[in-house]
Amino acid sequence: MPETEVAAAELPEEVAGAIDELRRHYPTAEALLLPALHFAQKHWGGWLPEEAILAVAAELDLAPAKVLGVVTFYDLFHQSPIGRHRVRVCTNLSCALRGGQEILESVKRHLGVGENEVSADGRCSVAEFECLGACEQAPMMMVDDEYHPRLTPQSAAEILEGLD
Amino acid sequence: MAAEAILLRRSHGATALQAPVPLEAYRGDGGYEGLEKALSMEPGDVIEEVKASGLRGRGGAGFPAGVKWGFIPKETDQPKYLVCNADESEPGTFKDRLLMETDPHQLIEGCAICCYAVGAHICYIYIRGEYVRQAEILETAIREAYDAGVLGDNVLKSGFKLDMRVHRGAGAYICGEETGMLESLEGKRGQPRVKPPFPAIIGAFGAPTVINNVETLCNVPHVMTRGAQWFSDVGTDERNTGPKLYCISGHVERPGVYEFPIGVTLDELLEAAGGVLGGKALKAFIPGGASAALLGAEHSHLPMDFDSLAKVGSMLGSAAVVVMDETTCLVRAVQRLAKFFAHESCGQCTPCREGTNWSQLVLGRIERGEGRPEDPDLLLRMTANMSGTALCALADACVGPVRSLVQNFRPEIEEHLAAGRCPHPYRPVFEETA
Ligand code: SF4
Ligand code: FES
Repeated sequence: MPETEVAAAELPEEVAGAIDELRRHYPTAEALLLPALHFAQKHWGGWLPEEAILAVAAELDLAPAKVLGVVTFYDLFHQSPIGRHRVRVCTNLSCALRGGQEILESVKRHLGVGENEVSADGRCSVAEFECLGACEQAPMMMVDDEYHPRLTPQSAAEILEGLD
Repeated sequence: MAAEAILLRRSHGATALQAPVPLEAYRGDGGYEGLEKALSMEPGDVIEEVKASGLRGRGGAGFPAGVKWGFIPKETDQPKYLVCNADESEPGTFKDRLLMETDPHQLIEGCAICCYAVGAHICYIYIRGEYVRQAEILETAIREAYDAGVLGDNVLKSGFKLDMRVHRGAGAYICGEETGMLESLEGKRGQPRVKPPFPAIIGAFGAPTVINNVETLCNVPHVMTRGAQWFSDVGTDERNTGPKLYCISGHVERPGVYEFPIGVTLDELLEAAGGVLGGKALKAFIPGGASAALLGAEHSHLPMDFDSLAKVGSMLGSAAVVVMDETTCLVRAVQRLAKFFAHESCGQCTPCREGTNWSQLVLGRIERGEGRPEDPDLLLRMTANMSGTALCALADACVGPVRSLVQNFRPEIEEHLAAGRCPHPYRPVFEETA
């Protein structure tokens, strides 16, 4: 954690409530950490500011460093703001064989961003991703939670244009 | 080879996201009869039936499922758990996604039978974090099952109690390794544990735990309804039994999931999938997911089962077949896989952490035309140091493609070295062929 003191935010009621719901299904509170971080990330607009990490740690009675260690281990937790839409382009083998790398380049060019950057209008953040488990739809990308199959640079651009 | 769809029988067609089969339709079609049958038997007899079927784990390692269940201690004061491994993340593999999307109750039924057999009252389905829609589909199906009395305090009025939860991962391939998965389930970084002890003795939360893959568990209802004998009659021989889902992707006309009795050949699979894309010639294929050794076209007639592939130094693994046509640069292809393993190494073991990254660096310089004459042998030495020296199978998974590139396709590396550049035509962006 950086030097500056950040007060632990109160965990918003809906997040705390959702965690409480889960307690009886798990023998330890620690096991609620991944679900709690998912809830918190959703609440905080797709990323986990320090206050969120502290709040989750307090709720589950875990050391903040421990929570931070978990956050940094997993690809789906973010520690900096992301765009309104998260664009993930798969460049792993099955996608690469059908042009996945070219799709990534064209998406970055289209939005004028580099890897893991947010477009100037705050709309999209782009990331190269490992296999997303939809290799039969190669080359593919996910925008937020939706799959977009069998892309060409043109069709990928149209999808991006259609986002709010 | 005749291909009666068993696992996919309700999935009409293999690839598109479609409405999942609801509980009522599932039941109308004989669903949950396997669970009813199991509940009418002694738990130990259910385990024996699964053992007799010869069902081997469909997650990669191929360990007999019934034997695994048999390791769970019967007399213990601790709770027991089933963790269903739905953390499908291996490049080229998407069969579990399809099973969960289209027929979630088949999985729920398989999980319930396993829990009854081993005496577990809690089942966690650990699903990869990226599968958001699939997690929602499973949650809806689980709610249906609770409402219908298939789950809960009195499973199908048998007195057996079962709680089932979907637990989402958060994007880490290594959580597909069973002890990495347990760590992650417990709320930690998904770093694999030292084995032994094995999860059957000390698993989730320190208690006895069965971990089975989605496809493995989806087979179980069919073993119960049709019997072990039927199951073991399907396949190559008594060590390679049952129906199997093969994923095929890459340079192929109709990529997707295809169901065959275990032991289909690549030629047969390719025929079902419309052949190599654009009618080109086959250069190489990966028969069993990113960690399997690459094979050349001369092996396309081999039965793709656990043992036949092991004989030629490869493996069935997750049965994810990736097809590469004559224009493919294999150095580039393997470099991409090595990059994946380097990204996904959890970093605990030096041979894995350093070896995976070094592999991709050496392959990268060969591909750029900056390779050195000693590089092929260097790669062989490195993979020898990575093999069997790390805590889990990830280091060896990287060894599979890298070593096979040198052993089976050395001339291709030499060509790069001699030319001082990649000799293969650049592969253009995919264009619709239809
Ligand atoms: S082999 Fe690699 S992934 Fe497995 S425990 Fe060691 S460092 Fe982690
Ligand atoms: S390789 Fe791209 S989704 Fe699997």
